[in-house]
Amino acid sequence: MITPTTEAPVAAPPTQRLRPATRRRVKALSLHTASIAVAAFIVVPIAFGVLGGFKDNGQLATNPLGLPSPWHPGNYTDLLISGEFWRQVGNSLLIALGTVVLVVGAGAMAAYVFARFAFRGREVLFTLFAAGLMFPFAVAILPLFILLRTFGLLDNPLGVILPQAAFGLPLTIIILRSFFRTIPAEVEESARLDGCSAFGFFWRILLPMSRPALATVSVLAIVASWNNFFLPLVIFNDQTWWTLPVGVQQFQGQYATDTARVLAYVVIAMVPALAFYAVAERQLIGGLTAGATKG
Amino acid sequence: MPRETTHGPEASARTRTGPPALSPVPTQNTPRPATWPAAGSAPRAPRRLPRHNVVAIALFLAPASLLFVLLVVTPILLAMYTSLFKWNGFGIPADFIGLGNYTRLLDDTVFVGDLKRGAILILLSLVFQLPMALGLAMLLNQPLRGRAVYRVLFFAPYVLSEVITAVLFKLVFSPNQGLANKVTSWLGLGDLGASWLADPSWVLYSLFIVITWKYFGFHMILYLAGRQSIPNEIIEAAEVDGASVWKTFRYVTLPLLGPTIRISVFLSVIGAIQLFDMVWVLTGGGPVNASETMAVTMFQFGFRRFEVGYASAISVAMFLISLVFALLYQRYVLRRDTEGAVTTMGARR
Repeated sequence: MITPTTEAPVAAPPTQRLRPATRRRVKALSLHTASIAVAAFIVVPIAFGVLGGFKDNGQLATNPLGLPSPWHPGNYTDLLISGEFWRQVGNSLLIALGTVVLVVGAGAMAAYVFARFAFRGREVLFTLFAAGLMFPFAVAILPLFILLRTFGLLDNPLGVILPQAAFGLPLTIIILRSFFRTIPAEVEESARLDGCSAFGFFWRILLPMSRPALATVSVLAIVASWNNFFLPLVIFNDQTWWTLPVGVQQFQGQYATDTARVLAYVVIAMVPALAFYAVAERQLIGGLTAGATKG
Repeated sequence: MPRETTHGPEASARTRTGPPALSPVPTQNTPRPATWPAAGSAPRAPRRLPRHNVVAIALFLAPASLLFVLLVVTPILLAMYTSLFKWNGFGIPADFIGLGNYTRLLDDTVFVGDLKRGAILILLSLVFQLPMALGLAMLLNQPLRGRAVYRVLFFAPYVLSEVITAVLFKLVFSPNQGLANKVTSWLGLGDLGASWLADPSWVLYSLFIVITWKYFGFHMILYLAGRQSIPNEIIEAAEVDGASVWKTFRYVTLPLLGPTIRISVFLSVIGAIQLFDMVWVLTGGGPVNASETMAVTMFQFGFRRFEVGYASAISVAMFLISLVFALLYQRYVLRRDTEGAVTTMGARR
């Protein structure tokens, strides 16, 4: 949603018509310098990690920034052939998918009611849901732990999936409700005239028409779940259930003295998130800006 | 692309004209899209509601309500209850001490320090991080070769988890093999040695550097979206009238970005209140509590020292601080922008 509108200033930069070329060049140069400086601020730590993973610890001490010589791919290959990393990826994936199905399913149903039915108390109810947006996970984590322990959901993926879905509901409902409202009432009326039930309309017409919005909320839920650390940290004692963030943190504690190996793990752990960002950038950014302006 | 028509124009139209996104009352005199479903089918005061509708509403709301009540509302109530006890987290809480945990909280130098440190982080964000994000958004709004690449790059840290960010920076700040020391000695700032994360007077600023690294791109993206929803004609008109670049920014762009900036400040503050992952991995709250946040203190007491009653009181304090802040902010700062949003009860306006 960013790209199309950015073109406008390029087409007609009004200030530049009147200015001499040299001044324009100075301006462009300073803009580039600033951008490159910030880009370096972002890239250099990551490059340090990527290159550091190819060094041994002796090289890291003497030469933290330069290229490795010789290159030691061992840190990376060891991790990639160990089952640990892949199991953590699998756990993170399973939990993310479970969360998405639940939060989008339950959220879409509720958003449909909030968007399409008129009844007393609707707005109060909606406000209650929306208010959940302000309450961070950290606030509820301790009682949540006690509650899930009572339910016997510790060391169970549902112990992470269910709370994540519950805390993801506010944003999902807010975004979906405002999208559902843009679908013309005539569509629903004609579907109903043709004998569609409320559920039939929801399932066969509303959801298929709302694919872009569903994609947006799914992407947001996946990213939130993938990066969640606090909840899996307290729920999973059994390390076969550890997700990637928990695994990275534990690995770092375990190999505290082997910096190069930890760097390699961090870098490998970045790849799925960055790959997902590359694929879903539009939904992610669109969803975040929409979520912020709506919430 | 259908996807572009979903959020883009919709969102920009809202920011421009400022109609409430979540406007509770459909018949407000705001430029509601013609497609507003209730216009014909559902009158303002719901009259008769066919029985099958009642059933449908109940069924559709059931899963979300169940999840929400059980896993969001109940924990908060539970924390309020257990905060009144001296309790180690096992068995039934029995040792009722009233508000004892709360009075202890106010005397706890670590908790009071958490508040102070939170305030410092928020202040640093307002003074450095958000202006930097705003400046970069304005910069990337200029015709500049490669700006799409910059935009993607600046936002990239946001998608990494706080844990990964923190582990990476723990090693960047490492005294012997770290990157930070090399860079500062090149820049002629001398060797800061172990002081990045080990010096209590410096660790909060190191933490702030990491927060900025991870989050400025998010705020920048918000500002960019806000800037792009301002019609260029307005900016051009100011320039035609002879306003300098700075004056155009100061008196035209900045006020029109107001809603976006206020939201970004709000998110920044809420983020600071709940900060945990990054601190826990980067420093564990140390050295000597110098980088501890409320969530870290709560975790220490709740999951390490088994003072669950006291930790619950910290949870409730975090909840109340978020709530009061959100209500006040909504009431006094966001009022103009997001009528009917989050905290505003529908009937009030």
